[in-house]
Amino acid sequence: MHPMTPAPFLVRSRRPVRADTVNLTLEPVEGACPPFLPGQFTMIYARGVGEIPISISGRTRAGGYLQTIRAVGAVSRALCRTRRGDLVGVRGPYGTAWDVPAASGMDVVVAAGGLGLAALRPVVQELVRHRARYGRISLIVGTRAPMTLLYPRELDRWARAGVDVQVTVDHPDHEWKGPIGLVTKLIERIVFEPRRTAGFVCGPEVMMRAAAGELVRRGVAASRITLSLERNMKCGVGRCGHCQLGPLLLCLDGPVVSYERAARLMAVPEL
Amino acid sequence: MDVVVLESLDPLIEELRSAGYTVVGPTVQDRAVRMAEISSAADLPAGVGDVQDPGSYRLTSGADGMLFGYAASPDSAKRFTQPPRQTLVRMRDGAFEEVDEGAPRVALLGVRACDLAAIAVQDRVFAGSRHPDPAYRRRREALFLIAVNCAVPGGTCFCVSMGTGPKATAGFDLAVTELDAPHRFLVETGSERGGEIVARVPHRRAASEDVHAADEVSRMAAVRMGRQVDTDGIQHWLPAAHDSPRWTDVASRCLSCTNCTMVCPTCFCSTVEDVTDLTGQVTERSERWDSCFTLDFSEVSGTHARGSGLARYRQWLTHKFATWYDQFGTSGCVGCGRCITWCPTGIDVTEELACIR
Repeated sequence: MHPMTPAPFLVRSRRPVRADTVNLTLEPVEGACPPFLPGQFTMIYARGVGEIPISISGRTRAGGYLQTIRAVGAVSRALCRTRRGDLVGVRGPYGTAWDVPAASGMDVVVAAGGLGLAALRPVVQELVRHRARYGRISLIVGTRAPMTLLYPRELDRWARAGVDVQVTVDHPDHEWKGPIGLVTKLIERIVFEPRRTAGFVCGPEVMMRAAAGELVRRGVAASRITLSLERNMKCGVGRCGHCQLGPLLLCLDGPVVSYERAARLMAVPEL
Repeated sequence: MDVVVLESLDPLIEELRSAGYTVVGPTVQDRAVRMAEISSAADLPAGVGDVQDPGSYRLTSGADGMLFGYAASPDSAKRFTQPPRQTLVRMRDGAFEEVDEGAPRVALLGVRACDLAAIAVQDRVFAGSRHPDPAYRRRREALFLIAVNCAVPGGTCFCVSMGTGPKATAGFDLAVTELDAPHRFLVETGSERGGEIVARVPHRRAASEDVHAADEVSRMAAVRMGRQVDTDGIQHWLPAAHDSPRWTDVASRCLSCTNCTMVCPTCFCSTVEDVTDLTGQVTERSERWDSCFTLDFSEVSGTHARGSGLARYRQWLTHKFATWYDQFGTSGCVGCGRCITWCPTGIDVTEELACIR
């Protein structure tokens, strides 16, 4: 089969999670979803409009993919408008993954900015599933406003399962009593043993640079911090050339990249 | 390797045609050498030469009766290995159907050593990847490659620096060196099917004078190379020079026109387009050549990773000469010089690299 041929999937459910974002669950018309690892993505195709990379946020009980999509461009808007029973194309899963088991025995800091939590959800699920293997687990989430927070019920569940969940917002409403401002501020507050801590970071690039930078400043090894990077992507399989970041083809060498490698590349403007 | 001499290319062209190949070779069109279908050696550009300089390409009269007395033409083999546009998928009635555009049996006559090297680079991208492209493989297998060893390198050529020429050493079915006094063609066989074709056309075994004459053609071509690049350590020093002031200088001359990427025989970047018919029932998805010089190439959520012309030129040159090694284990440049010749403002990569270093 040609690597650019999508498999037909059906939209099994569509739940708006905020004004511009939906949770889609997608199941193949035939057969089962291929297995995925935390951090991997699929190329989802909206018929007649185009195809975009979307992180896999989880697996449904029926075996489908949960994918959280925000309406930003033509393709994501079309995917957000799909209805239950609609046909979409799916290729993948593609890309590198977050090595969660490698953090066994360590403290873990998961830092999510905005939609970055959608990519990190399988990481937190994996941590919670094997809670006893890890030391202190902190999940810090930055979001625009209380209303734009992703997966609020799961955040409560994870907190009850022994994760220190901290949320900060840019624009508080009248009821908000939590922290306001950057995710970086929260890193200053949380407790971890830097020399045995792993960091998983995903969000806008400025947020990732700041968060990973702060972890390093507190003594976490850059090699133990992994980020998920985003670039324009047309193929997901190393043939379109769009997702280059210096030597990396992010569809093959990423999206999950160690901060040790990414820091140098992210520091070059417009690389 | 069998080495034979042909008095004329006509029986070879005839034999390829009767074996079912469309023979494509150099012809003169629009005052340039273009690759097009030929039916006999009479279609080849006899007595044509060229003068290539930064931003300049002119045909001239070359050596009397010689058929290959010019350097790389604007056409490379790329459009035969990677068609400028190919339909990938057709969708109707809720089904995705893979489109096989077929693999035409084409015999490419006049492929230069740099272009053979470029095909080998594309093989790594499309066939040697973790997600190999079966359609590419079929096209490559259907492509019969007849190399021509360059006698007269162009003013913008630097294949010697890139280690790709001027003599074709691998990756061909047949390799031809055109000799004069008397006019004849030394033919080396590079594959079984190449040998089978040659065996069916009138030939004689090459004498040592023929072989020496051909060696001399390649030796002289190497000596007359128009340009050079010092590639020593380029994989390391070029990415490290990301803040060189030279990038600002070259960006002031670069129009971001994409010409260099279109004529480049290894530039493989593509984008995907959807077209739905008027009934709304059938949608076709096709892949077409794209260029890292366009603004939307790096667009993500309304912003551009490489918004400036400087960043786009730096990306192209750094990828071509350095980060290509990281991704594909080889240089992306084969030294054909097309990007220099066809740059409307005459930007010369060899000069830019020397200045950046």
